[in-house]
Amino acid sequence: MANEDLWILGINMTKFGKHPDKDVVDLAAEAAMAALADGGVTMADMGVLAAGNLMGAAAGVGQQLQKQIGQTGIPVFNVANACATGATAIRTVIMAIKAGECEMGLAVGVEKLSGAGMLGAGMGVAASDTWTPSGRFGAVSSLEGKTGTDMMPGVFAQVGMEYGHKYGGTSFELFARISEKNHRNSTLNPLAAIQKDMSLEQIMNEPMIAYPNTRAMCSANSDGAAAAVIVSGEKLRTLSAEQQKRAVKISASVLTSDPYEEGCQILPNVNTLTRMAAKQAYELAGVGPEDLDLVELHDCFATAELVHYDNLMLCPEGGAVDFFNSGATWRDGSTPVNVSGGLESKGHPIAATGIANIWEICHHLRGEAGARQIEGAKVGLAHVIGLGSACGVHILEKSGL
Amino acid sequence: MSNQIPLVEYLVLGDEPHLVANECTACGARYFDRRNACASCFGDSFTKVDIATEGEVRAFTIVTPWMPGTAPYVPAVVDCGGTSVRGNVVNTTPDAEHITLGMKVRLTTVPFGADTAGTEAIGYGFEPIN
Repeated sequence: MANEDLWILGINMTKFGKHPDKDVVDLAAEAAMAALADGGVTMADMGVLAAGNLMGAAAGVGQQLQKQIGQTGIPVFNVANACATGATAIRTVIMAIKAGECEMGLAVGVEKLSGAGMLGAGMGVAASDTWTPSGRFGAVSSLEGKTGTDMMPGVFAQVGMEYGHKYGGTSFELFARISEKNHRNSTLNPLAAIQKDMSLEQIMNEPMIAYPNTRAMCSANSDGAAAAVIVSGEKLRTLSAEQQKRAVKISASVLTSDPYEEGCQILPNVNTLTRMAAKQAYELAGVGPEDLDLVELHDCFATAELVHYDNLMLCPEGGAVDFFNSGATWRDGSTPVNVSGGLESKGHPIAATGIANIWEICHHLRGEAGARQIEGAKVGLAHVIGLGSACGVHILEKSGL
Repeated sequence: MSNQIPLVEYLVLGDEPHLVANECTACGARYFDRRNACASCFGDSFTKVDIATEGEVRAFTIVTPWMPGTAPYVPAVVDCGGTSVRGNVVNTTPDAEHITLGMKVRLTTVPFGADTAGTEAIGYGFEPIN
């Protein structure tokens, strides 16, 4: 192994779902302590901590966590990057290790979201008894629902519809069938928030949230945490044979934001930054989309999954509909996607998601995924996107040690 | 017209209501908000340009509101002569039979009520061209 390679030494996710008896710090501590134990290390070994909790971004979840599981004086980076917060925590630890500042670090993402409803309310304008222009649009009132929508279901519905307009072939039923796949997959994942096999008809008959996404086609707001211990190759070499065998190689870690393109400030462009991240990741890892044994991608809505088949170059440009219809992304297909059940059923505790997706890939690469194991998995890709936008792509490989 | 106010500053009311954008004088990128500089080329000089009032629906959704009894609405992205604009599709039935990708639409005004001084806020939407 090359000294410059970085590795995941330990990783864990809590069960996603409702945790009424646990607060944010309880959940973060559960995932962090389990990740440390999984890696056979303690807080004393950590040189850096990066932590994210989007809904409490100002509260400093990293230090709150330290106060419960170990205050050792190491630098803490509290990160917030929308739905890419977890991936950003991982990326922060990786950068610290690559910079030579330390040889091991802990990344944690945690969220409590159950019952939160639809997210992403538009710009608020203070209520006044006379119309007074304010804000960057000189608006006299809140614009949500008046000049389109900034709510996540409506935004991502349009993202999928835009793809349909550009390339054709999409329909309400097609998007619902993507959701059917993910709900089917969730039945094999005991950590998923919702483990319920749903028929196409059931999915299509669920309440419509934002056409063409019904409730079953939207990510499930839930509570949860995930954490990972990352180690330098040089340090890993000094650890036990068992630790080396279970370590997972980080072949690529990329974070992008969206470059300017016409219309990107009208409807968020989730495509270009994802394609950029994927391209960079494949180059760094020296693997191509055809080498991937499984992919966990950011299906915050069923409409989003379709466009990311294309953005991650799992199919030829414009070919996402044919790709899905070929059966490629089902768990017995050529590129299984979201075998965890995806955000639509596993759940989406925002800051935890970017680490939980990596956990899922690691679980398969280590051969520890039980009933949902993708046999012989050697290479996997984890993708998240947060609106604003931020995109994280990680390519992971089974240890050859 | 003195007792009307546009919902947003980029909407110009009057006999021929239309939208205006801030166009970067260096690269031509167009924005509807107040600008510090251009996100595309970093230039900081802008000029006002009128946006075409007819266009084509490039993306839409039909949002079911949380509040019971309120009608669904149709956020959309409209390609107005090469400039992307966001707004609701209005003056048609909000369902997937009546709203289609690629449909031709034109700008229209939408009233949003009067304040205590009697000034009416006027917004915009896009209605189908039959």
